[in-house]
Amino acid sequence: MSLNKPYLDVPGTTIFDAEQSRRGYHLNQFCMSLMKAENRTRFKADERAYLEEWPMTEEQKQAVLARDLNRCIALGGNIYFLAKIGATDGKSFQQMAGSMTGLSEEQYRDMMIRGGRPIEGNRFIQEWEQR
Amino acid sequence: MAGADRNHARITASVYTSHVPAIGAALDAGKANEPYWRKVFGGYEFSKQWMKENRPDVIFLVYNDHATAFSLELIPTFAIGCAAEFMPADEGYGPRPVPKVIGHPELAAHIAQSVIQDDFDLTIVNKMDVDHGLTVPLSLMCGQPQAWPCPVIPFAVNVVQYPVPSGRRCYHLGRAIRKAVELYDEPLKVQIWGTGGMSHQLQGPRAGLINREFDNAFLDRLIKDPQGLSAMPHIDYVREAGSEGIELVMWLIARGAMSDAPPKVVHRFYHVPASNTAVGHLILENQE
Repeated sequence: MSLNKPYLDVPGTTIFDAEQSRRGYHLNQFCMSLMKAENRTRFKADERAYLEEWPMTEEQKQAVLARDLNRCIALGGNIYFLAKIGATDGKSFQQMAGSMTGLSEEQYRDMMIRGGRPIEGNRFIQEWEQR
Repeated sequence: MAGADRNHARITASVYTSHVPAIGAALDAGKANEPYWRKVFGGYEFSKQWMKENRPDVIFLVYNDHATAFSLELIPTFAIGCAAEFMPADEGYGPRPVPKVIGHPELAAHIAQSVIQDDFDLTIVNKMDVDHGLTVPLSLMCGQPQAWPCPVIPFAVNVVQYPVPSGRRCYHLGRAIRKAVELYDEPLKVQIWGTGGMSHQLQGPRAGLINREFDNAFLDRLIKDPQGLSAMPHIDYVREAGSEGIELVMWLIARGAMSDAPPKVVHRFYHVPASNTAVGHLILENQE
């Protein structure tokens, strides 16, 4: 027997469970440090040097530098923590969320105004694989 | 003995609302009259008037912290704010320009004592900043006052790291909170607010998911069949309402704190979108 994780079968979705949290601990704690104005200033002045202060993997650091939020999430990042990077960049939550979908900012905003991404066809991984 | 008598506190009503950060940002930036936001704030005009006419003595406000007061260093499933005051947090954009939140340490400590004895392991918090999860509902319901209309007990639920508490546990916790309130030796009128939701997903290629049908069925069942609704498993929230839609379990805490008799539905509102999120809002009053 192993733990039941039915949420692994939801397309385009990574649930931040204990395993992801362990993987992303330092990445998320780095994000948390950006809640202090002086740290935001230091990070913006030299991102690479600031990241070197954290025991993150090189892959995690590269994902942050590239602002690749999907990659950050795959490496254990959680969106509420990653949002601190977006806040430091002056981005809204909508801009951050949209950046993970492959849509342009305008396309994503328009999709939301039209009622959002529909549930039909977006429940199971198999539905995406068949597209 | 517990009961809604004249010498003890009682739950008068419950309020349910989404707590989207962009709503606070729009209000703070003076954008409330822009067409996009007017459609959101319009749904709360009634509510602001209702708040003035039904001012409680204390608000017990169930919300979630969004990696603000709690980092990954410490992840309490249920945390009750027992401090005298709570400052609006700097979430990365600078603190919201809203009044500080005045607590009710006596009632909070009383509820903690009673609820822990009823087998719910609350974490007691005596120092904590509060984020948009708590301040946006206050702004929606109270507008932009110099001070919030009454003391607030912040009650933070972990919905950031999975697994979050089940709907059933949240519903039963609400019942334990009701019992605790009714054992408090002062005739306070207490409102309980459940916040977060409705359908939304903020992460990954499926971001932007909205499910109107799920949301409206959730509102219907929350009113008429909260106990049945509380049996809904986590996976249904995640799959049907998005990874962040799971915040809706917090609404069941507020609903569980209401009396067993059917409530009076005084207001219901639903709108898509506010930023990435479906906005849902209900006001339920306990019938005398």
